[in-house]
Amino acid sequence: MSLDQNDIAKLARLARIRIEPESVADLQQRLGDILNMVDTMQAVDTTGVDPMANPYDAFQRLRADEVTETDQREKFQAIAPSTEDGLYLVPKVID
Amino acid sequence: MEWETVIGLEVHVQLNTQSKIFSGASTAFGSAPNTQACAVDLALPGTLPVLNEQALKDAILFGLAIDAEICQASVFERKNYFYPDLPKGYQTSQMDAPIVGAGVVEISLEDGSTRQIRVHHAHLEEDAGKSLHEANFEHHGQGQSGIDLNRAGTPLIEIVSEPDMRSAEEAVAYLRKLHSIITYLGISDGDMSQGSMRCDANVSVRFKGEEQYGTRAEIKNINSFRFVDRAIKVEAQRQIDVLEDGGKIVQETRLYDSDKNETRSMRSKEEANDYRYFPCPDLLPVKIESSLIEQLRTQLPELPDAKRQRFESEYGLSAYDAGLLTGERAIADYFEDVAKLSGDAKLAANWVNGELSAALNKEDMNIAASPVSAEQLGGLIQRIRDNTISGKIAKQVFEGLWNKEADSADAYIDAKGLKQVSDTGALEAMVDEVIANNPEQVEQYRAADDGKRKKLIGFFVGQIMKVSKGQANPGMVNKLLNEKLGG
Repeated sequence: MSLDQNDIAKLARLARIRIEPESVADLQQRLGDILNMVDTMQAVDTTGVDPMANPYDAFQRLRADEVTETDQREKFQAIAPSTEDGLYLVPKVID
Repeated sequence: MEWETVIGLEVHVQLNTQSKIFSGASTAFGSAPNTQACAVDLALPGTLPVLNEQALKDAILFGLAIDAEICQASVFERKNYFYPDLPKGYQTSQMDAPIVGAGVVEISLEDGSTRQIRVHHAHLEEDAGKSLHEANFEHHGQGQSGIDLNRAGTPLIEIVSEPDMRSAEEAVAYLRKLHSIITYLGISDGDMSQGSMRCDANVSVRFKGEEQYGTRAEIKNINSFRFVDRAIKVEAQRQIDVLEDGGKIVQETRLYDSDKNETRSMRSKEEANDYRYFPCPDLLPVKIESSLIEQLRTQLPELPDAKRQRFESEYGLSAYDAGLLTGERAIADYFEDVAKLSGDAKLAANWVNGELSAALNKEDMNIAASPVSAEQLGGLIQRIRDNTISGKIAKQVFEGLWNKEADSADAYIDAKGLKQVSDTGALEAMVDEVIANNPEQVEQYRAADDGKRKKLIGFFVGQIMKVSKGQANPGMVNKLLNEKLGG
């Protein structure tokens, strides 16, 4: 599978990453290499192997339903760029 | 050609756990902004999610209630999109291996028929925070959105139906049924006005009898049963109008405006819904042991359908009455208390579905807040049964209890002197008096045939009720009148 320049632009947009035009060709090459590697792996015969969602042979540990966190808003908001009335402020977004 | 509407619903239900799905922050509603948003909810670097055991159990309970397969190796995935109320840049959700597999919900319609609506699956996920777009900040002015992350990480189950509904009525019946199941299970308060239960509707139209589905539009975030009904109707009509004018339906997300009663197109959040799901590396798969499933199965309460059937067979109620009484668990419990205390299930059903529910509706109250307790209503019905009061006086007593004028029906009846007159001597005197005072009507009555007599006798009963201030025993009055007038 290969990627064209439009694919690179779309991926960058979805990931909110700005890509300079001169680096597109390089990224195209490197992402393409990764996909080629995946193609190679796809060729392995996996008959009888269950798909895994995770490389560890382990399962999720569960937490009891208890409130263990206290209000630390002052500390968190001290390092936020902009807050007011207890809210985090961001440039206006409308759906 | 006749049009047919095809509807599928995606329903989000907030679980009423104490803490969030992946963190130990509180989920209490209505606290000051961001006081319940901890480092995990804020997505600070280095934090890791740990799944809340109760949220998992709640999802399994729901699955068991709709007779669904429970996935014993369930996986959490990341749904990637950017929005300020989602600080991680992805929502932790499920796609390939959701906890609850295919199930079924039975709905009852006005005409008494029932239908099976298939649930495609239900999965666990986290809620996002809230954005305030219209605020004018004292120090930062306008042009800013304020973000409150208290809600971020509140556990949700998203219940996805198959496109099995064919009218707004069916969609509302399905939604009500889900509401009733989750409140019976006690896993959510289901309050739509507070956002505890939210509904997205996928709506398309096609000619009746056609196999293919039409192109659908998704109406987002409808927040009441009434709006679900209206939004579906108005959207289906919009699509029919477009198609009849030779146009095409665009697959898109739309918003229902309840003030204008119309849907309008929303700008899409992410083009072509490219959420790039992948398994969340921070969360291992969840193993659900059969023993846990069996243990939870034993905890299932009697569910609405079973309760309705039992009310019909055990109390001899009509399907309609039993359906009304079992829609909410609190109402069903209240009814059963009244039925036991009064010893008359049918009267209890009439009073709970009639007088009580009318009074509650009028004050926009739920049954938990009813000023008339089940004990009081049970006591009132006892007095109807033993003929201490007539049905008419009983309404007056009910009002007295509702307005807290007395602690019990007996106390109110005594205080107001409302005891029904069943003493034959006293009643005879009244009957004689009324007959003596109305010779013309007596003449008419005696001249009339049986059919007419039935109508005319009402006049005499009315007069006697007037004389007795409504306290005469109507059965005895009728009997005496028949005897005395018949001559």
